[in-house]
Amino acid sequence: MSSVPLPFERRSPLKIVVWAVPIGALLILLPRIITPYQTILLTYGLAMAIAVLGFNLLLGYTGLLSFGHSAYFGVGAYTVAFMVKYLHVNSMELFVLGAIAASVLVTFLFGFVCVRYTKIFFSILTLALSQVLWSLAFKFFNVTGGTDGLRVPTPKLLGIVSGEKEDKILFLAHDYYYYVLAVFAICVAVMWLIVHSPFGKALQAIRDNEVRARFVGIQIRRYRLVAFLVSGVFTGIAGALWVPLNGLTTPDILYWPFSGEIVFMAVLGGFRNFTGPIVGAVVFNYLKTSAVGFTVYWQGLLGIVLVFLVMVLPTGIVGSLRLLWAHARRRLSQ
Amino acid sequence: MNLLETAKLTKYFGDTHAVDNVDFTIAEGEVLALIGSNGAGKTSLVNLISGLIQPDSGQIFFQGADVTHQSVHGRIRAGIARSFQIVNLFDELTVLDNVALSIFSREGLTRYFWSLADHQHAVWQEALDILRQFGLESKSQALAGGISQGERKLLDVAVAYALKPRLLFLDEPTSGVSTREKAPIMDVISSIVRSQKIAAVIIEHDMDIIFRYSDRIVVMNQGLILASGILEEIKKDPLVREMVFGPSHA
Repeated sequence: MSSVPLPFERRSPLKIVVWAVPIGALLILLPRIITPYQTILLTYGLAMAIAVLGFNLLLGYTGLLSFGHSAYFGVGAYTVAFMVKYLHVNSMELFVLGAIAASVLVTFLFGFVCVRYTKIFFSILTLALSQVLWSLAFKFFNVTGGTDGLRVPTPKLLGIVSGEKEDKILFLAHDYYYYVLAVFAICVAVMWLIVHSPFGKALQAIRDNEVRARFVGIQIRRYRLVAFLVSGVFTGIAGALWVPLNGLTTPDILYWPFSGEIVFMAVLGGFRNFTGPIVGAVVFNYLKTSAVGFTVYWQGLLGIVLVFLVMVLPTGIVGSLRLLWAHARRRLSQ
Repeated sequence: MNLLETAKLTKYFGDTHAVDNVDFTIAEGEVLALIGSNGAGKTSLVNLISGLIQPDSGQIFFQGADVTHQSVHGRIRAGIARSFQIVNLFDELTVLDNVALSIFSREGLTRYFWSLADHQHAVWQEALDILRQFGLESKSQALAGGISQGERKLLDVAVAYALKPRLLFLDEPTSGVSTREKAPIMDVISSIVRSQKIAAVIIEHDMDIIFRYSDRIVVMNQGLILASGILEEIKKDPLVREMVFGPSHA
């Protein structure tokens, strides 16, 4: 028998439970501790975390920097708005399913073109394609409402819970929060499985060395396309969850600065680890809200934070905390 | 029957005739050295056969089947694998992961995203066995980017070997390592290749290694095959003597 521990011997699922259970319990209890306003902010953060998790499957695990993820977020949000406007649908489950179907379609079309390229060419192509969708939403006023956008009322959850009769704030801070939390938990579990699967290993191989990956028999474009699809669908789901919270969808969420915000969130939390994008999305949401309240030049303030991050904490919040933890453990063992 | 045959294989890069109407063969289990000066077309020939580049004309037959226009993936499935002159590894993954990836790919498991890679016990065990064969077991948990050049060279070959090829191209397996390390590296590679009856093509500049480890030598010059034969025949060829050993030996 080998003296070298194999991966399944080193990585026990118990270790995941040790940190996942307390965090899950905290997220369940938080609405009882914090104000409804803060709970709604957290709901925004969780919805965005799903988008950034999806985005990071491309950046952190496949090595592709997309500057066009606003497109898939927008597809999710606008699909919900169209379902309300044209089909008079009110079910959140149907919204999510519709968003998944629409994002599969758009992501496949965009991905088919984009995954043929890498590096700057990939980034520019994703950006350009997302701007095509933005211009459609902006110009087709009769369909999309143009800059006025489309209103989305509070949906019915699981066919029983409806926010129409109760106070909207309370509905969003309680029922809707738990709904988003449940979808978030499912998305985290699914993404965790994907990145730790043999498929996830293949994506990391492509990220590290495309030529070598080809020469161990990995079909690069096919795998990139699947990663692109999964990434887009996650972001589409996030858009669908975000729009009832916001009550309105406008072309702003399809515009390139929104893609920039998604990149910002991944960098803020740290894109070379699994939890970084989640932390980045939640923290960014609070940071942006605070910055908007603090100064009219909030974009400048966020810009300074980004410069600080890149120069001082290139591994993001989670990456830096891990380094600190490793350093502390070394010091303690000495 | 030959394991691999090329028929009038040609590749030009502008005016440069990298590979010029080359008819190249290798038999099952044969260990062949491909030699020639820099720019002779050795690596281009390997790149053509392994699918990294496409030929301008000519054909490649592997086990009797025409693989000229097959994808790299298809050629690997057929049994052609290679290592690289400049080591090509997944530097941010562990040594064990590097080899395991080949096995995951070989077994078609990389398509699975609904099961945990860690739980594929047989794959990890096989990867560890391969590392043991290559003398890299103690480095299994190290990052591939953090081991010595000699170990990286061995790992490069181990990654290709884990694909269970019938034909293995070894592009300068000892380049960039110290003279002292060359023989141990070649001993390991040679013993594995011969014990598994894998046909191997070694591109090398070190004549001692070529003479010691190969059954047959193919000499290339300016995209053409200049000579082919066993060591004694090659040594007698005046053209080869001039090219390989210098004008004074012609």
